[in-house]
Amino acid sequence: MATNPMAQFEVYRIGPEIKLGTIDISFTNSSLFMIISSLAILLIFNLGSKKNSLLPDKVQLLAELSYSFVSKMISDTAGSKAKPYFSFIFSLFMFVLFCNMFGMMPYSFTVTSHIIVTFVLAFFVFVGVTVIGFMKHGFGYLKLFVPSGVPALLLPLIVIIEIISYLSRPISLSVRLFANMLAGHTMMKVFGGFVISLGIVGGWLPLSFSVALTGLEFLVAFLQAYVFAILTCIYLNDALNLHH
Amino acid sequence: MELEAAKMIGAGIAVLSLAGAGIAIGNIFSSYLTGAMRNPSAAQKQFPNLLLGFALAEATGLFGLVVALIILFAF
Repeated sequence: MATNPMAQFEVYRIGPEIKLGTIDISFTNSSLFMIISSLAILLIFNLGSKKNSLLPDKVQLLAELSYSFVSKMISDTAGSKAKPYFSFIFSLFMFVLFCNMFGMMPYSFTVTSHIIVTFVLAFFVFVGVTVIGFMKHGFGYLKLFVPSGVPALLLPLIVIIEIISYLSRPISLSVRLFANMLAGHTMMKVFGGFVISLGIVGGWLPLSFSVALTGLEFLVAFLQAYVFAILTCIYLNDALNLHH
Repeated sequence: MELEAAKMIGAGIAVLSLAGAGIAIGNIFSSYLTGAMRNPSAAQKQFPNLLLGFALAEATGLFGLVVALIILFAF
């Protein structure tokens, strides 16, 4: 019989136990897969930018495509003022994408299926956008919470709703990525368990379903990285171009 | 009522939110197809917006699934 579908998300220690005071900072499988994805990104972009030929080979094409994809996404959503933040959004997108994609390999570990990882990423985006907004506009940034063209009677209510929705941004951004990864991988494990328990006679139906699900999960892995990056751009757009 | 049974019922009710996500995703794709059939030349430009809407709608339903998983495994 199949094991617990949640067992794949277990974090365990690799190597010796390292303690900093009461905090456990040992090297885990989560850290291992973060390092693997960062090294893969570095490798692809180092190989891709080494030759710089006019007729690109496959690796150079991959590097150029992802560069222009993210560059176009930023200029479409946040305008030309967001150009200085390209490197941050590019590394954010690439890191989330590679963590999601490495998680799709059998027997690997999905870094982004843990809320603490995605929450830290989203929290830094939130703090960064707020600091940029206050630096660019001073206290005028608070006008973000007062939409124009609202009747005066409704205004106090709207301002409270706007503040709550602003403060819940890091939570919704992180839970979206984490929930998609967690739900997708659990579902794949559950359907994999059906194949084993139904055996050679009835197992073909869940097996074909699980193949289709793997395809869907690759789409979701890309899509969630894209959504994470594009929402960062939209938040940055709020901070850079204040429309009021 | 036994705690174990109550947990199972609660998780089942929490998962109902995925019905809303199903309706939303169907609505997004049907609206996109309607628009694309009427004006095929503008369809390609709206494709990123389609994906964004799909991901946002799916995520709202998945919040309910997370609540179910928390009820089942965290308590």
